[in-house]
Amino acid sequence: MISPDQLPRVLHQAADRPLTLAQHEEAFGPMPPSAPSLEQLEASGLTGRGGAGFPTWRKAKLIRELRGHNKFVIVNAMEGEPAAHKDRTLISANPHLVLDGAEHLAGIVGAKHIAVCVSRDNPVMVNHLQRAIHERDRRSMRGATFELHTPPWRYVAGEESALVHWLDDNESLPQYRPRRPHILRIGHAPVLLDNAETCAHVGLIGRYGGDWFRRLGTPSSPGSTLVSVTGAVARPTVLEVALGTPLHSILERAGADLDPQALLMGGYGGAWLDARHLDAPYTNDALGPLESTVGAGVIIVLPRSGCGIVETQRIARWMANESARQCGPCAFGLPAIAEDLAHLAFDARDAAAAYERLLDRCGAIEGRGACRHPDGVVRLVRSALRVFAAHVEDHVRGQSCVASRSTHHYTSVPTLEREEELIWE
Amino acid sequence: MGVRRRTGGFVLLVNPILCDGFGHCAELAPDLVRMDEWGYPIITTEPVPLANLAALESARYAVRGCPRQALRIERVSDHP
Repeated sequence: MISPDQLPRVLHQAADRPLTLAQHEEAFGPMPPSAPSLEQLEASGLTGRGGAGFPTWRKAKLIRELRGHNKFVIVNAMEGEPAAHKDRTLISANPHLVLDGAEHLAGIVGAKHIAVCVSRDNPVMVNHLQRAIHERDRRSMRGATFELHTPPWRYVAGEESALVHWLDDNESLPQYRPRRPHILRIGHAPVLLDNAETCAHVGLIGRYGGDWFRRLGTPSSPGSTLVSVTGAVARPTVLEVALGTPLHSILERAGADLDPQALLMGGYGGAWLDARHLDAPYTNDALGPLESTVGAGVIIVLPRSGCGIVETQRIARWMANESARQCGPCAFGLPAIAEDLAHLAFDARDAAAAYERLLDRCGAIEGRGACRHPDGVVRLVRSALRVFAAHVEDHVRGQSCVASRSTHHYTSVPTLEREEELIWE
Repeated sequence: MGVRRRTGGFVLLVNPILCDGFGHCAELAPDLVRMDEWGYPIITTEPVPLANLAALESARYAVRGCPRQALRIERVSDHP
């Protein structure tokens, strides 16, 4: 049993090699004979850790109340955010905790199959999960069966409808879902999809209960969460922190620049946060009014020497390339936005016009895609224009920006692939 | 059939994946649909009262005229 006030929780006893099943059961206690009740899950107040922050129990309740003998639980360990490393860290530390949680969720909703999805571009994770599933299969024949799936790595492939569509039809493309909440299905079978970290927390709740879980965090956002801190840090790290920890103490623990210019919160579809707000607690409740978000647990630290517009432009260009090119506003709008940002950043003669175009296009694109990919980019760009407003002014007036000529950047963006080289299936 | 109740409103919805930007809807329902710079429809999001027969008819034309069958009319009941 882990003491309730102790951190780390899901990274308990993390070493360079993932825990074996025996080590895992020694560290966390044996797997309880039955899954936790839905009430336990509700009492814990766990919200999804994949970005949207939807209460996990409500999702489980929705699927539990549906008919169907072949329900699926999907563990989403795709980790589409290039700046996020939490799922990789978690699965390299303790894959069995994630699988425990998935088994608990399968017990709650009555699922027969558990599909663990991890990108094929990360063979280490695939290996760890393969081993872990094999270990469990040898031990017991009861309960839901595990299967491992390896879709290609794309930013939108981890989006829930794209992942389900991949399992259904071998294409990682997001689907149009006009009505929410939308029940995802594989064939006719309802699907419960949760992030790998969420599953790990469910694994803990199943062992120790909802009240144990609430001992860390704030009353409205209980528990702990994994944060990937990159950018101006001594070394990129994944930390487990209690929700509600002030941002500056997270930066301190990560060994980051303590006097940054801004933070990019949530991931590449997230929002910049001005460094004035470093005292804000790390919860969605506190960051929401500041128009920022916890998102997928990403914090990118931008030091005073960096140029926020150039960083945003790099991200937007890559995000535009990662569009599935299904919806017109996303396929044409995102490259246009990236182009405008490039003009704003590098082309002093066109900067003022590009700024106006950017505002128009952000308004025109928002909410018009089948998935939230374009909305994420719009949110990122709008937050950049707001947070770096003074610096945008400099660019529009054509004043030289030293940082924009530098080749050193703080956001890591994968190399752009040509459109015909993008693999979707 | 009886008398149709003309309370409530409707919205015109587009499936952005199906839509290929033919632009017929902007011709057929100019009050509800305008085009963005790439030729894809921007549809008014607030419900239109069903009593607005002209708008409803033009929306129906747009739905039937869409070559990709990407448009749909959805009734919204909570509109006054």
